Amino acid sequence: MRSVIYVLTALGVIGLAFWAYRENYATQAVLNNTDRLHAETREAYARLAILRAEWAFQNRPDRLRDLAELNFERLQLLPLHPDQFGQMDEVQYPIPDLLPITNSIDVSTMNAEDPL
Amino acid sequence: MIRTPLRPLARILEARANGENPDAIEHQNRRIRHEQMRDRDRNRAEGRLLVLGVFFFCAFAVVGARMGLLAVSDPVEPRAHAPGSVIANTRADIVDRNGNILATNLDTHALYAQPPHMVDREGAARKLAKIFPDLNEERLIKDFTGKRKFLWVKKKISPEQMQAVHDIGDPGLLFAPRDMRLYPNGKLAAHIMGGASFGREGVRAAEVIGVAGAEKYFDDYLRDPANAGKPLELSLDLSVQAASERVLDGGMKLMNAKGATSILMDAHTGEVISVVSLPSFDPNNRPRPAVEGDASDSPLFNRSVQGVYELGSTFKIFAAAQAMELGLVNASTMINTAGPMKVGGHRIGEFHNKNYGTISVSQIIEKSSNRGTGRLALMIGKERQQEFLRSLGLFDKSSFEIIEASGSTPLLPSRYTDLSAVTISYGHGISTTAMHLAAGYAAIANGGRAVKPTLLKQNGPVMGDRVMRADVAAASREMLRSVVVGEDGTASFGEVPGYFVAGKTGTADKPKPRGGYYKDKTITTFASMFPAHDPRYVLVVTLDEPVETSSGKPRRTAGWTAVPIAAEMIRRVAPLLGMRPAIEPAEVAGITLTSSN
Repeated sequence: MRSVIYVLTALGVIGLAFWAYRENYATQAVLNNTDRLHAETREAYARLAILRAEWAFQNRPDRLRDLAELNFERLQLLPLHPDQFGQMDEVQYPIPDLLPITNSIDVSTMNAEDPL
Repeated sequence: MIRTPLRPLARILEARANGENPDAIEHQNRRIRHEQMRDRDRNRAEGRLLVLGVFFFCAFAVVGARMGLLAVSDPVEPRAHAPGSVIANTRADIVDRNGNILATNLDTHALYAQPPHMVDREGAARKLAKIFPDLNEERLIKDFTGKRKFLWVKKKISPEQMQAVHDIGDPGLLFAPRDMRLYPNGKLAAHIMGGASFGREGVRAAEVIGVAGAEKYFDDYLRDPANAGKPLELSLDLSVQAASERVLDGGMKLMNAKGATSILMDAHTGEVISVVSLPSFDPNNRPRPAVEGDASDSPLFNRSVQGVYELGSTFKIFAAAQAMELGLVNASTMINTAGPMKVGGHRIGEFHNKNYGTISVSQIIEKSSNRGTGRLALMIGKERQQEFLRSLGLFDKSSFEIIEASGSTPLLPSRYTDLSAVTISYGHGISTTAMHLAAGYAAIANGGRAVKPTLLKQNGPVMGDRVMRADVAAASREMLRSVVVGEDGTASFGEVPGYFVAGKTGTADKPKPRGGYYKDKTITTFASMFPAHDPRYVLVVTLDEPVETSSGKPRRTAGWTAVPIAAEMIRRVAPLLGMRPAIEPAEVAGITLTSSN
């Protein structure tokens, strides 16, 4: 009886050791992955910062003004002026097409002669 | 345990037989028993103390060992915890009120050399001098071959230059990562940004510290990692600022002025939407401060908060407003402005020795009569005048949040006499900055509440202390409106159709450094607000030594110089602020619906 307990205990220890060994390596792998992700995040943030700086640099008012002046013939861009404020009713919306006439009504001129 | 009886019968009987006291036996046995009990207790207590001692020793040993380990190990970032956001170890960005970037950081590198590790010192020096034309080859050779073990070669290098240095391939030339402060808009709002430079420098990193402007004022905020890289939101509007700079720059050149400043302020919150000081500079490459000559000649000089000048007749409205506030006069009360008028032995004269006779308070402002406001000041009295001007913030340095504002303390007369009160009523004898004036006009514009100029975006209305009644502010605005549209108004060029400009001109002779005034150098100011019936913005334009020569005769008054510039600025800026003109717009041909983004 006692030897059975000894054997079972030894097997238990071996099993636990094997489990701990695997857990250790799994943890290391996850930590390395986390490190890699952190590094990628950092790089992405750095890239983002550079892109934002470049966006701001490319859109600086001086440059946009120069571009608008260079391309004036094509774009006709002018500084915003008080005259350019409009009213909603000044907007020309496209006129909707007339509905097709399905039931025409006879009127007296229908049979009139074509003047030409 | 067998208990030993205290009175063993055998010994008692024996003692009784011998005629001894049997109690002695009991006493002896009791003593022996107590001694045994004492010994046992002591042993047990000693054992417990020992166990406790061992326990404490082990506990302290563990703590000590852990401390020792922590002290000798290299610091590592916690790997297992994923931070919610990236730890911000960089200086925070500065953005305008719409989130456009005004200042940000860029990764770059510094170049340093360790001569003991260098292979070909002279060759490296020669090649470096070729890559960086501003480096001196002989100097580099001397540094590399001398005793120095470490030296910085360049503080900031571009990626192309870095590659070129890499290509030299010398192991003694090394790179240190750097955060560089970048102002993508160049000269725009240069005086507000100020500039940044490096503080303590190391091989792995360097501190970026603000050296002027908002960068220095908000240095602690910008550097604090606790803000997690949250950008600093300013009240400026990038497009309005750009338009203002453009207009003011053009105007300054047209009027042959030495310098110019403009301030556009939200009358209700005190937010400064744009502030321009010309000439300007590029904060990416901040020039060195001038060591000789007049400080105001340097482009670093911020005229809006450092230019402490007499601002002339623009102050007249304060005297009129206070007289109305105190119930001394109303807008149509007639005041005799005829000369001669003597106060404290000094004659008070008018511009070009005019004589306006008896005119109403409203006309005093419209015609800009010195004697008229002087009479009002005498009615008000010097104590009450000081109190009122102080409540408008005209006696203290400006609260505007840039470091240069500490130099904005107004210059006041050392003895405040009746003469001072009279001259101050028309803007002489008191020197303030344009920022002070804008804050004073904002109080009139917003219906009588004091305003503190601020550079930070406000999230709601800011209610200052009441300094005048709403009806007094409204009457003052009507007077200012008449300066622009009245028959004899001095600011007739200031009218912008649809925006109802109200304002007051001010022309002051420039003081000589050794006393007295120049005859041909003026500071001209136009302080305005729009639209007059419900002002939202206050605009102050000041020109330094302008002269308008279109008619052949030099004109140096504000009406001819500062006013047209201010009008043009309002015309350009008001639409950008989303204000539609209040009149019917001119005939517009064919507006079509387009998408906007």
